[in-house]
Amino acid sequence: MDKIITVKNLVKKFGAFTANDHLTFDVYRGEIFGFLGANGAGKTTAIRILCGLSTPTSGDIKIAGYDIYRETEKIKKNIGYMSQKFSLYEDLTVSENIRLYAGIYGIPSKKAKEKEAELLEKLEMESARKKLISGLPLGWKQKLAFSVAIFHEPKIVFLDEPTGGVDPVTRRKFWDLIYEASNNGITVFVTTHYMDEAEYCNRVSIMDAGKIEALDTPGKLKEKYNANNMDEVFLKIAR
Amino acid sequence: MKQLKSFIRKEFYHIFRDPRTIMVLFFIPIAQLLIFGTVIKNEIQDIHIAIYDQAKDETTQKITNKILSSGYFILEKNLENINDIESVFRLGKVKEVIVFESDFGEKLTKEGKANVQLIADASDPNMARLAISYTSGIINDYVKKMHPNLQLPMQLEPEVRMYFNEEMKSAYMFVPGVMALILMLISAMMTSISITREKELGTMEILLVSPLRPMQIIIGKVLPYLLLSIANAFVIVLMGRFVFGVPILGSFTLLMLETILFIAMALCLGIFISTVAKSQMTAMFISMIVLMLPTILLSGFIYPIENMPEVLQVVSHIMPARYFISIIRAIMLKGTGILFVWQETAVLIGMTLFFIALSVKKFKIRLE
Amino acid sequence: MIEIKNISKSYNDIQALKEISLSVEKGELFGLIGPDGAGKTTLMRILMTLLLPDSGEAKMNELDVVKDFKKIRHIVGYMPGRFSLYQDLSVEENLHFFATVFGTTIEENYDLIRDIYYQIEPFKTRRAGKLSGGMKQKLALSCALIHKPKILILDEPTTGVDAVSRKEFWEMLKALQQKGITILVSTPYMDEASLCDRVALIQKGTILDVDSPSRITEKFPRKIIQVHSEDMFRLIQDLRSFPKAESVFAFGQFVHFTGVNDEVEISELDKFLTERKHTDVIVEEIHPGIEDVFMSLQSL
Repeated sequence: MDKIITVKNLVKKFGAFTANDHLTFDVYRGEIFGFLGANGAGKTTAIRILCGLSTPTSGDIKIAGYDIYRETEKIKKNIGYMSQKFSLYEDLTVSENIRLYAGIYGIPSKKAKEKEAELLEKLEMESARKKLISGLPLGWKQKLAFSVAIFHEPKIVFLDEPTGGVDPVTRRKFWDLIYEASNNGITVFVTTHYMDEAEYCNRVSIMDAGKIEALDTPGKLKEKYNANNMDEVFLKIAR
Repeated sequence: MKQLKSFIRKEFYHIFRDPRTIMVLFFIPIAQLLIFGTVIKNEIQDIHIAIYDQAKDETTQKITNKILSSGYFILEKNLENINDIESVFRLGKVKEVIVFESDFGEKLTKEGKANVQLIADASDPNMARLAISYTSGIINDYVKKMHPNLQLPMQLEPEVRMYFNEEMKSAYMFVPGVMALILMLISAMMTSISITREKELGTMEILLVSPLRPMQIIIGKVLPYLLLSIANAFVIVLMGRFVFGVPILGSFTLLMLETILFIAMALCLGIFISTVAKSQMTAMFISMIVLMLPTILLSGFIYPIENMPEVLQVVSHIMPARYFISIIRAIMLKGTGILFVWQETAVLIGMTLFFIALSVKKFKIRLE
Repeated sequence: MIEIKNISKSYNDIQALKEISLSVEKGELFGLIGPDGAGKTTLMRILMTLLLPDSGEAKMNELDVVKDFKKIRHIVGYMPGRFSLYQDLSVEENLHFFATVFGTTIEENYDLIRDIYYQIEPFKTRRAGKLSGGMKQKLALSCALIHKPKILILDEPTTGVDAVSRKEFWEMLKALQQKGITILVSTPYMDEASLCDRVALIQKGTILDVDSPSRITEKFPRKIIQVHSEDMFRLIQDLRSFPKAESVFAFGQFVHFTGVNDEVEISELDKFLTERKHTDVIVEEIHPGIEDVFMSLQSL
């Protein structure tokens, strides 16, 4: 399988504090990769580096084949990002939000128009095309946010705690979309501290105090730590 | 009482632990005072003038010399015709024209009054106003010295009447204005921000479900800022006195009492704002737009109210700072007592009561 | 201890609570389980006397939430959804402040909070804003307990907190329950339901069910089949195309399958999937969890 993200000995220091201590891992094309850790474990720092928003102190990192030090602009074109807190402008309509993202990523307007129609049909949201985001149900917002994040067909999409607090059915429908994206070859990089979200990933890494303490499929981790669920795995690692 | 005390102590912790609050409270007042004190110069220099002397006698000659030797004015031209006045203004260089009537000296000695016209270019009203007050000051001064027995001072007929504002003679008009501005800023803005901050943080929820009464919360919020504002008022008055030489002719006690009244008004206004605003941002915005700017622009602080378009003059009546500034100017610069400022004082008291009533009514014991 | 009768509440045109009735016994650890926007916070705020219901009534320890709001505020401890302490005050100053506000002292009620507070006591001079998530939560709980309340109302105390702290927090709640405090806690995490004595499943302002967590799952009549294969996306698509499928949803590494009637046999599914070249296939019947129940009630 092709490696889409390769991280070798990533170190990030803030003064005397080491936020990321020699992280080494690979993520494969089309994989759903869970990046877990408690608050303050160093997740956010690492994500910022992988998105090209911050440079590491040292380490070899390639994202979608591009070098993290020299080719951040190319990296940004090839990644998408969605966070639970913010992704869509609440005071713009569905269509305006889509067009905005299309514009930002330089998608020609004719193509954007076609893709927009296609997308809204798939999400069964044609009726909401001219409605403001603020008036939509949470489930719709989330699906739309994800779709917008992969609108420019990125190679990797970063999701930050995508499904915290939603009802179980909406959450499943959201994961359906993620599985579909993954099936289409988009790599999905999920950061979360909700362990039940981790259960859905192909592989997960667990960070604690700046280091990756475990990296495997949820099933193997549960086996290894003799745990019933990811929560217990996490407890055993973090304690 | 113990609850209140601990609430107030908490408020002081907030204030002293936030560098931004400290900045606003202690450095901005001083900085503003220094900025206004030095930038808004109420002094003039090298103003180009023209003189149309119809008398050309000894007196007018002496007055002219006096004016020119003051260092403020430079004589651009002597005019020979009344029609030249307009054209000389059009050229732009000359900012003021002094017109002496014919037989000026003779009339002055015989009748005890004579006419001099001061005409100023109103395109820069501030400057025009100053030029005129300086000129008339010099002329008055001269006449008084020459004719000490004269009962009536020489009558001046400045064309730009609206600029004639006797109080404006002082070079330190800004101190009362800065005081009004700073007290408004600290009292209204800081209280409204500190209350809305609790709403934003969610701590208001906890305070509301605690046995604290709304009145205790309000007093607890207001008292620290009242004390700090009074301290600030002291600093401003003292700086005005010792750095800029602004006198305090009237009663210091009265000055302070009026100041406390104004602070109380501003605090109540701040609480009122906080009952309307949901976030710190909104509170700040309202304070800035609704309080700060009008206080600067419409209260007579920088622009004399008499100069404003009529609509704005009407609007200026709802500016609390307008009354405060006029009270403070009267007490500090004219030395008047309460008898002369009771109307303004009454207006301020009325406003205070109005906002107290409004705030208490709007302060909610619940979240809706 | 808590009696809620036909409470309704609307914001503008959105109805947040629809005729909710509920009762919580003395000494119970009661959970309100539901997603964001279900109405949990609104209900708690009404109980805390912070909001007025549009209709219906509620009593806390026999006190009416509208009329006796002052008395209620003395006997209830409350922890709102967000971390609601003063970030710029130290741990000790926060606790001291809330103690004085409630007319008491730390010493007077130290017994109650000792087990919680001793864990953060080493950091008592640290500003609350500089504490970790778990420690903030312990401080908030200490502050909510400082006046020895009879009832404790906690709005999503474990949201945004890591797994370790969550576990510790529930242990603390159990200990408080031992001391006779009635606890009403809300959470969006279905898996936390099993930690409560009884739970109410709440969705869009209505209560789906109220019972003990074990009873809720036991009385669930449907048969749930858990399925696994290597290719998740294809598995879901294929199972949904299965003629007798009613609902097919991912549950972590598995898919939970419910048939139109409960006659779908495991062997049937196994055969169906093997025909479609799925590898590593696991098909087994399982006991439903709270989440399965919630989802089935929700779609009604």
